[in-house]
Amino acid sequence: MWRDAWLVASRDLRIEARSRVVLWQVVPFAVLALLLFAFAFGPQRERLVTAAPGLFWLALLFSTVLFAQRARALEGSPATREATRLLGLDPAGVFIGKAVALFLELVILEVLLLVGILLLFHVVVLSWGILVASLLLAALGLSSASVLYGALSGEAQMRATLLPVLLLPIVAPVLIAGVRAFQAAVNAGGALGGRWLGVLAVFGVVYSALGIALYGPLEEN
Amino acid sequence: MRRTVLRLLGPIALVLVIADVIMGLFVTPPDVVQGEIVRLVYIHPALAWVALYVAFGMAALCSVLYLWPRTRSMTFDYLAAAAVEVGVVFTILTLITGSIWGRTTWGVWWTWDARLTSTALLAVMFMGYLALRRVPADPHVRARRCAVVALFAAVDVPIVHFSVIWWQTLHQGATVLNSNLSPTIHGSMAWTLLLSFVAFTAAYAWMVIARYRIEVIRHSGDTQELDAAVEARKAEGVAL
Repeated sequence: MWRDAWLVASRDLRIEARSRVVLWQVVPFAVLALLLFAFAFGPQRERLVTAAPGLFWLALLFSTVLFAQRARALEGSPATREATRLLGLDPAGVFIGKAVALFLELVILEVLLLVGILLLFHVVVLSWGILVASLLLAALGLSSASVLYGALSGEAQMRATLLPVLLLPIVAPVLIAGVRAFQAAVNAGGALGGRWLGVLAVFGVVYSALGIALYGPLEEN
Repeated sequence: MRRTVLRLLGPIALVLVIADVIMGLFVTPPDVVQGEIVRLVYIHPALAWVALYVAFGMAALCSVLYLWPRTRSMTFDYLAAAAVEVGVVFTILTLITGSIWGRTTWGVWWTWDARLTSTALLAVMFMGYLALRRVPADPHVRARRCAVVALFAAVDVPIVHFSVIWWQTLHQGATVLNSNLSPTIHGSMAWTLLLSFVAFTAAYAWMVIARYRIEVIRHSGDTQELDAAVEARKAEGVAL
C-alpha cells in the first residue's frame, strides 16, 4: 500500500511540476481572492485585521475546490482508472498517494496565502505554534475530503458545478475551527486555540480513515 | 389490502392535516406570553420532526442497507432518494416557518444560531445529494456514491438535535422529548401538537410512497427501452 501511495503521489506531483496548472491557475486565483476581499472591505487597517482570519480561510477553501477538481481530473478518465486497475494498485494506496500530493500542494498555497495576509492585511501573529499546527491539520483534512469527494462527484461534465455544492458544506467545520485557531494565534489565546486544533485533528483523522476505507468501493464500476 | 391502505393514505393524511389546522387555529387558546404566534407550534416542530428524524433517518438507514452487500438492492436506493427529496422540502418548510416565528419573537428573520445554521447546512448537503442523483452514471455506481453522501450528510442530524444543549442557542430546548421526558405543554395544546406529528408523518409517508413509485416506473421504463433496443438490434442481425 505504501509503495503504491508513493508511486501515485510522485506521479501527481510530477504532473503538476510539468504542467504548472497549480502555479498558473490555482495560486493566482487565491491571491486574486485576497485582493478582491480587500477591495470589498476597503483600506481601513482595523477592519482588514479583524476580517483577515476569515478571509484567509475562505480563500483557502475556494482554492481547495480547484485543487480537488484538478486532483480528480488526473484520475478521472476511464483509461486512467482502467490502467490503475490493471496495474493492481491498492485503492487505499492510491487514495493516500493522491491525498499526500494534495496535502503538499495545499501547504505551499497556505504559505503563500499567509505571506499575502501578513503583508497586505497588516496581521501580527503572536502564537506561531497554533497557526502552523492549524494549517497542517487543516491541510490533512482538506486533502482527504477533497480526494474522497472528487471520487464521489462523478464524471467530468458535471464535476465543475457539483463538487463545490458537495464539498463546501462538508468542510464548514474546517472553516469555523481554522478561523478560531487563527484568531487565537493573533491574540495569543493558547487554551482556546488548542480546543480548535482538536476539532481540526478529528476532522483530518476521520476523513483520512473514511477515504482509506471508501475510496476503493467508490472507484469500482 | 395493501393497495387499499396505500390508496387511503393520501386522503387520510389530508384529513389529518386539515384537522390539525382547524385545531391549531380555532380550538387551542393563544399563549399567555407569545399570543397568537404560538399557533406555529402546531406546524413547525412536526415539520422538523419529519425532515430531520423521519426523512433523513430513513435515508441513512436505506443507504446503509444498500451499501451492506447482503441487503444490497435498488429498492433501498429508490427509497433513500424519495426520502431525501421529500425531506429537503420539509426542511425548507421548517426553516421558513421558523423564520416567521423568529421575526415576531426575536425581531429578526434569521439569526446565526447553532440550530438554525446546522439545519440550513443540512438542507444544502441533501440538495447536493439530489444534484448528485442527476449526474448520468451507471445506476449502481450512482447508488453507491449517493449512499455514501447521504451517510456523511446524516452525521449533521445529531449535531442539529444536540446543538441546543452543546451551545448557548437562542432556539428553545425540546418541549416534549426533553431530558426529563416531561412535556412542558398540556391540554388541547398538547393534543393538537401530537395530532400535528401524526398528520405530517402520514403526509410524508404518502409523498414518499408516491415518489418511490415514480422512481420505480422511470427506471423500469429505461430498462424496458434498453431491452427493446437490444431485441431490435438482434432482429436486424438475424434479418441480415
